[in-house]
Amino acid sequence: MTDAGVAAPSLGGRTTHAHGARDRRVWLAVAVLVVVLPHAPGLTTDFGRSLLTQMGIAIVFALSYNVLFGETGLLSFGHAVYFGLGGYAAIHCMRAINHGLPLPMPFVPLAGAAGGLVCGLAFGALTTRRAGTIFALISLGVGELVYAATFLLPGLFGGEEGITASRTRALALPGLDLGSQLQVYYVVAAWALVSAAAMRAFTRTPVGRLCNAVRDNPERVQFVGYDPQRIRFIAFAVAGLFAGVAGGLHALNYEIVAADAVGAQRSGSVLVMAYMGGTGSFAGPVVGAIVLTWLETSLSAYTSAWLLYVGLIFIAIILFAPAGLWGIVAMHAPILHTRALRRVLARYAVALLPGAIMVAGAAALIEMSYRLSTQRELGSVVKLGPLALDASTPVPWIAGAAMLVGGLVLLRISARFVAVAWQAATLEARGGGAP
Amino acid sequence: MLELATISLLNGIVYGLLLFMLSSGLTLIFSMMGVLNFAHASLFMLGAYCSWQLGRWVGFWPAILLAPLLCGLIGAAIERYGLRRVHGRGHVAEILFTFGLAYIIEEVVTMIWGRNAVANGVPSAIDFPLFTVFGTQFPAYKGLMMAISVAMFVFLYLMLQRTRIGLVIRGALTHPRMVAALGHDVPGVFVLVFAIGSALAGLAGVIGGFMLLTQPTLAHVVGPIVFVIVVLGGLGSLAGALIASMLIGILQTFAVAIDYSLLDALRALGIAVTRGSPWYDVAAIKVATAAPMIPYLLLVLMLIVRPRGLLGTRDA
Repeated sequence: MTDAGVAAPSLGGRTTHAHGARDRRVWLAVAVLVVVLPHAPGLTTDFGRSLLTQMGIAIVFALSYNVLFGETGLLSFGHAVYFGLGGYAAIHCMRAINHGLPLPMPFVPLAGAAGGLVCGLAFGALTTRRAGTIFALISLGVGELVYAATFLLPGLFGGEEGITASRTRALALPGLDLGSQLQVYYVVAAWALVSAAAMRAFTRTPVGRLCNAVRDNPERVQFVGYDPQRIRFIAFAVAGLFAGVAGGLHALNYEIVAADAVGAQRSGSVLVMAYMGGTGSFAGPVVGAIVLTWLETSLSAYTSAWLLYVGLIFIAIILFAPAGLWGIVAMHAPILHTRALRRVLARYAVALLPGAIMVAGAAALIEMSYRLSTQRELGSVVKLGPLALDASTPVPWIAGAAMLVGGLVLLRISARFVAVAWQAATLEARGGGAP
Repeated sequence: MLELATISLLNGIVYGLLLFMLSSGLTLIFSMMGVLNFAHASLFMLGAYCSWQLGRWVGFWPAILLAPLLCGLIGAAIERYGLRRVHGRGHVAEILFTFGLAYIIEEVVTMIWGRNAVANGVPSAIDFPLFTVFGTQFPAYKGLMMAISVAMFVFLYLMLQRTRIGLVIRGALTHPRMVAALGHDVPGVFVLVFAIGSALAGLAGVIGGFMLLTQPTLAHVVGPIVFVIVVLGGLGSLAGALIASMLIGILQTFAVAIDYSLLDALRALGIAVTRGSPWYDVAAIKVATAAPMIPYLLLVLMLIVRPRGLLGTRDA
């Protein structure tokens, strides 16, 4: 567990040199993917590119959160403060550009970074004096304080309506006027890549390693002669800086920053992103940011209950897969080359059926309940895929409940078979892997 | 002036005692289990909804007993089937679990009772003036709330300090193995503590429900402030929570009544701040509008001056 925080689990056990070479290949592949993605079929629309842009912003934000949580062990419930205040700094910078400041628009996230860093230094000096539970509580308090303050200073924060600016009214750069979503995407993607690389590099520095040490055993760090409080403070400032970059990208993309940018909901969502993807690896928060952004935009188009589904997934991950979604994937690396892998996958396929039945049953019940309680005016017939369920009759309710319970029972039985196959596979990997 | 002060003080005490009701269960759970329960305000909200629903079915007086009972049962289930699973993974996992639970409870409440507030008015049984101060009537339900709040404090204090079960609970926190070796059911004690804490949240919800608006965002409205109280009072200190609640209640009530700003104060001293000055916006904030910030400002101040809180004895 100690090493998982700094190196992707799949890279474990190699020499540092091979590490670097492989890392470079991964980064190159990601960079190519980032360039090609907005031209992939299905993503060429403005909606698709906007989704990709949002994912890029979320990735920077989630990675900055993980500098705190995954790397340093500081659980924050107010990380949106640095996102939002960075965003406000950026939007004011954009307004200045609109009024003639000779700065190219794509550099606006630097203003966000400065805003995030300054606020991170200011609040960090205060809040990182404590770790653990107290830190979590204080971060919550600071979040509420800043949120309340945005309504008190309308000149600076614009209250509920927020501050707006234009990203196109600026010094003209040849071929880059930020007029289309595609151009915005590329600017965001470039910043996201640079930020991700910088944060990855930070985890490799001695300070980054000390962050892990403070997370795992602060007493020992102190004994060796370092000041844990100071290291927490540095990590906090770095996290604030990159949260500010994300806020700046947000300002650039939406051309508006409002009070919700510093709000508790955004703080909660970045926590869910990082944890859902997995805080033990660098790739985890990236996966979490992508998945949650996709859920937020696609699921919310289909159902008003999407927050409930996100909450249920989050709880399921806490209870059953604390390493997160990426952790589940990375878990399979050791058995990738065993013959037993096929048997594990086959058992997965078998377990998938009761799982699907359970989810379908739960979804039917949830959708019907939501329709009756929040959208009565739409009538009692709920469309769920090819089915039309009439919530005013008992049959869909009974069927839904039966599917939920039956699926759950069958899933528990099939989980046992998966566990058996899994054990056999890990035994084989251990036996065959040793030289 | 005396009239304003008296009524503000009275309202402040009422509000403070309501805050104490809210935070007493959380303090209990935190001090005895070390779990920072983010779903506490959600259980408070569930209490409000349950009492409203049960009140419609069986009447107010049975509901005031049944709703906390129901919340206690829900709390016991949360501990037994959720928290216990993550207990071994440390406090962060526990906090995150309750944090996720708060999301789910909010959505489930929406799923059952809708997004709009339910008409959870004061029941007619306790809606009569108790006494009159300066021509303002003091309603009986506020009196009931104060009585229940004080009773909660006395009950918790006596239970923990004077009874055998309290001794076992306190022992289970610091020496779980020893307490288990003496033949006590330590996991059972944790279920009990969590259930009592949840029932207290439910009871607070019954009363708080008709003083605040019973809607799915209720947990968000009261959640953060409860944590402020727990930190201010000193983590896990019951008496500290009481003092902190009263402090915040009274301060906030008085602040709401003060319709002046720094600008007015400066003007009285003969200093004029013009509209063009960069600090005009800050100076023009009225104390009344800044009232919601007071608890969080106190939190930050406390952190600088005395990080362990008013009556706290230990660092977490």
